Amino acid sequence: MKTVIKMREMSDNQEGIIKKISTTGEMGRRIREMGVVPDTWIQIQGRAPLKDPVAIKIRDYILTLRNNEADHILVEIDEPG
Amino acid sequence: MEREITIALSGNPNSGKTTVFNAITGARQQIANYPGVTVEKKFGHIRHKDSDIEVVDLPGTYSLTAYSLEEIVARDFLVNERPDLVVDIVDASNLDRNLYLAVQFMELGIPLIIALNMVDVAESRDIIIDHRQLSALLEVPVIPMVARSNKGIQELLDKAVEITGNDPQWRPAVISYGMDIDQGLNKIEAIIKTSKVYDRKYPARWRALKCLEGDSQIKELLKRDPDLGEKIDGICRKIFKHIMDTLEEEPEGIIADHRYGYITGITKKTVKRKIESRLNLSDKIDRVLTNRIIGPLIMMALLYSIYVFTFSASEAPVIWFEAFFDLLKRATVSVIPEGNLQSLIVSGVIDGVGGVLGFVPLIMFMFFSIAIMEDSGYMARVAYMLDRVLRWFGLHGNSVMPLVISGGISGGCAVPGVMAARTLRDPKERIATILVVPFMNCGAKLPVYAVLIAAFFVEHKARMLFILTLLSWAFALFAAKIIRSTVLKGPKTPFVMELPPYRLPTLKGLLIHTWERTWQYIKKAGTVILGFSIILWLMMTFPGPSVEQSNFFGDQRKQLERSFLTSPDVRKLVKDEKDLAELNGLYNSYVQAMKKNDTALLDNLSTRPLSFLVRTVFFLESGKFSGQEADGNHLNAAARYINYLREMIDTDVREQQAALKGTIAGWIGQRLETITRPLGFDYRTNIALVGGFAAKEVVISTMGTAYSLGVVDPDEPGSLSERLRNDPGWDPLLAFTLIIFTMLYVPCIITVIMIRKESSWSWAGFSIVFNLVVAYLVSLVIRQGGLFLGLGV
Ligand SMILES: Nc1nc2c(ncn2[C@@H]2O[C@H](COP(=O)(O)OP(=O)(O)OP(=O)(O)O)[C@@H](O)[C@H]2O)c(=O)[nH]1
Ligand SMILES: [Mg+2]
Repeated sequence: MKTVIKMREMSDNQEGIIKKISTTGEMGRRIREMGVVPDTWIQIQGRAPLKDPVAIKIRDYILTLRNNEADHILVEIDEPG
Repeated sequence: MEREITIALSGNPNSGKTTVFNAITGARQQIANYPGVTVEKKFGHIRHKDSDIEVVDLPGTYSLTAYSLEEIVARDFLVNERPDLVVDIVDASNLDRNLYLAVQFMELGIPLIIALNMVDVAESRDIIIDHRQLSALLEVPVIPMVARSNKGIQELLDKAVEITGNDPQWRPAVISYGMDIDQGLNKIEAIIKTSKVYDRKYPARWRALKCLEGDSQIKELLKRDPDLGEKIDGICRKIFKHIMDTLEEEPEGIIADHRYGYITGITKKTVKRKIESRLNLSDKIDRVLTNRIIGPLIMMALLYSIYVFTFSASEAPVIWFEAFFDLLKRATVSVIPEGNLQSLIVSGVIDGVGGVLGFVPLIMFMFFSIAIMEDSGYMARVAYMLDRVLRWFGLHGNSVMPLVISGGISGGCAVPGVMAARTLRDPKERIATILVVPFMNCGAKLPVYAVLIAAFFVEHKARMLFILTLLSWAFALFAAKIIRSTVLKGPKTPFVMELPPYRLPTLKGLLIHTWERTWQYIKKAGTVILGFSIILWLMMTFPGPSVEQSNFFGDQRKQLERSFLTSPDVRKLVKDEKDLAELNGLYNSYVQAMKKNDTALLDNLSTRPLSFLVRTVFFLESGKFSGQEADGNHLNAAARYINYLREMIDTDVREQQAALKGTIAGWIGQRLETITRPLGFDYRTNIALVGGFAAKEVVISTMGTAYSLGVVDPDEPGSLSERLRNDPGWDPLLAFTLIIFTMLYVPCIITVIMIRKESSWSWAGFSIVFNLVVAYLVSLVIRQGGLFLGLGV
């Protein structure tokens, strides 16, 4: 079963495919130019000691984002069970 | 035929631009494994196949949208200077994202070569790139290379000379962004092309694209022709609305998505992966180093071990440097006769500059440690782990770098620190960072701490420095919080940052890095500090004591002499002034001989008249020569002589202090005493602090001068720490107050100038006033609180 959730809600090591980026302006542009665009495979790499920012693996490199930025990225995941 | 060509090196941060630049030109240049360290463009020259090539290292950027400082610098250079060729350094192990910039160069149309760098890294991760296919699909020459080991550099230069030899034109590539946008682009492009103000600087289609993306820089350019601007604006608005309605996205987003779509299409055909190796070595290291629990512990341990390393490794060289300057002083004293010139060279030049240079080893080891952290990629992890904390104080994860360079691990310099703040995109976060970096423990403050710690906290050296580092962070962060919630209120900016893969730093890179920063420090010592040492010496020497003053102390000395000679016990042995001079000379000779343990000389001296008296003096002072039986007469005379010597020294000291008070510096220092009395600082400390505005290391050299001026006995240099420890006016609490005051008060002049360059005069002025106020208040609390708790003497 596939379902779409916010990137913030993903657990460590979970993978998924980006479906939508729902933010515009500077933040939207900065996220996109780093390769965060729809149909891209990502995996949660880990989170900083205070659970924020989050590090993701995308396009062969590691990108870090704050949770409030990850909130705007919708990811399709395999629902467990 | 002789040709001159200009090549611009561009590429994503961390893709190896600086390494390629160094490989091409052999020039020295900063190399760091931290996104965005190189902010200024740097030049280098080389001859290759009859061509004079000028190479320009552009700042690293991910895109050409011209929102950040680096992007504006890069883009302005490309369109204004029109280099003959752009070499886009592309990280092969991270091809998709690196091509995003390349595609924008292609759209701009500027002659382009793609340097496919770090092929070795890609291969180690089983990523195989068919560079011929890539070149064919992009229609751009692609040169595979490993810049770090000089592979591919010659091929790159050959290609560059070949391409520029054909005098290439700008040929903008056309990429499809979907029907709606493409149609809009066509329309705007046609309008721009027919316009009167079209200057051909940028291709018309590029301008059209930027209008749709809402790029303010280009829009402003078009506004120069209001008719045109309005027409285009109308079209953009229509497309915007249409796209929002149908796709629920801004055109800008759609454009980015299509660019990446185009790239993915190409990399699918050209990149082969043997296995999906998703956890490479770098990831595995990250599992440990950025682990939520042990990550911060390791970070603290690493930072702490850097102190231990820096201080233990530099201990010996620091002593050698000190010994060297002592030697120099002695040589000067023996060559130049006593007087103002000797004093200028010894107290002004050697003490001033030597005090600073003496700490070069310390600073070098510190910069070396920082370079390891940067070049290995660990510094970016520090930013990642600390972002949440820094954000709370209104700063940004990227503020770590400026803070660390300025002395966050102790021993940096605020000048490059202020410059490093350029990587912050938001002006408010940037200025807040710039304003608080001078609180960090820069290399210039270390000598001040070192002397005061050696005097009062010598058993806790490493721990004390660690505490001072934590304190400087605390002050900087709270100051940032205050600044960000008052004068610089504003929202936070996104933290979209790459964590570069861990790389083993190269020794060459580390050494270049270390040397460049150390050299900045030495240059400062050689120029500004030399100048200020001389000015300060002048201020501390002139106008000098008045005639009455000199006479007064002269009279006092005569009186001491007379009262010594009139004592009956003395008179039996020392009859007149001539005898006294003889006694003084003999006493000094004994001191020398004993220090050198020269028994032959001691035997020799014992044949001189009065030697029995001198030996009795030493017997009374320190129990030496106990074998001889002194009679009552000798014992009494010796006791009187000891007393006489003490009073003479006392007079000397009072005369020096009176003399210092009589100088310009003394005048200023005394005027300031009214304000600094609650902190416990006397005029000498004030003089030193005023001097410290030139550069913090001057504080210590000035105190050295203030406490030793005039007493130039080369065999008895007496370190400042020792003097302070024995000075009744000093106690640990006062030393600590001075340490904190030095940590916080005004940035040095060079830093102030740098702040002004990076922001404005008013921020530079604000920085001086703000830091002074903070320093005064904090020191006041420490001193008065400490006294209240009974911590003073
Ligand atoms: N393995 C490998 N490492 C490389 C290669 N080229 C550069 N490096 C390393 O990559 C790191 C970053 O290189 P830099 O030259 O500083 O990169 P830059 O593009 O100038 O980076 P910024 O100035 O931060 O934008 C350094 O540690 C280099 O030693 C290469 O071809 N192979
Ligand atoms: Mg660089």
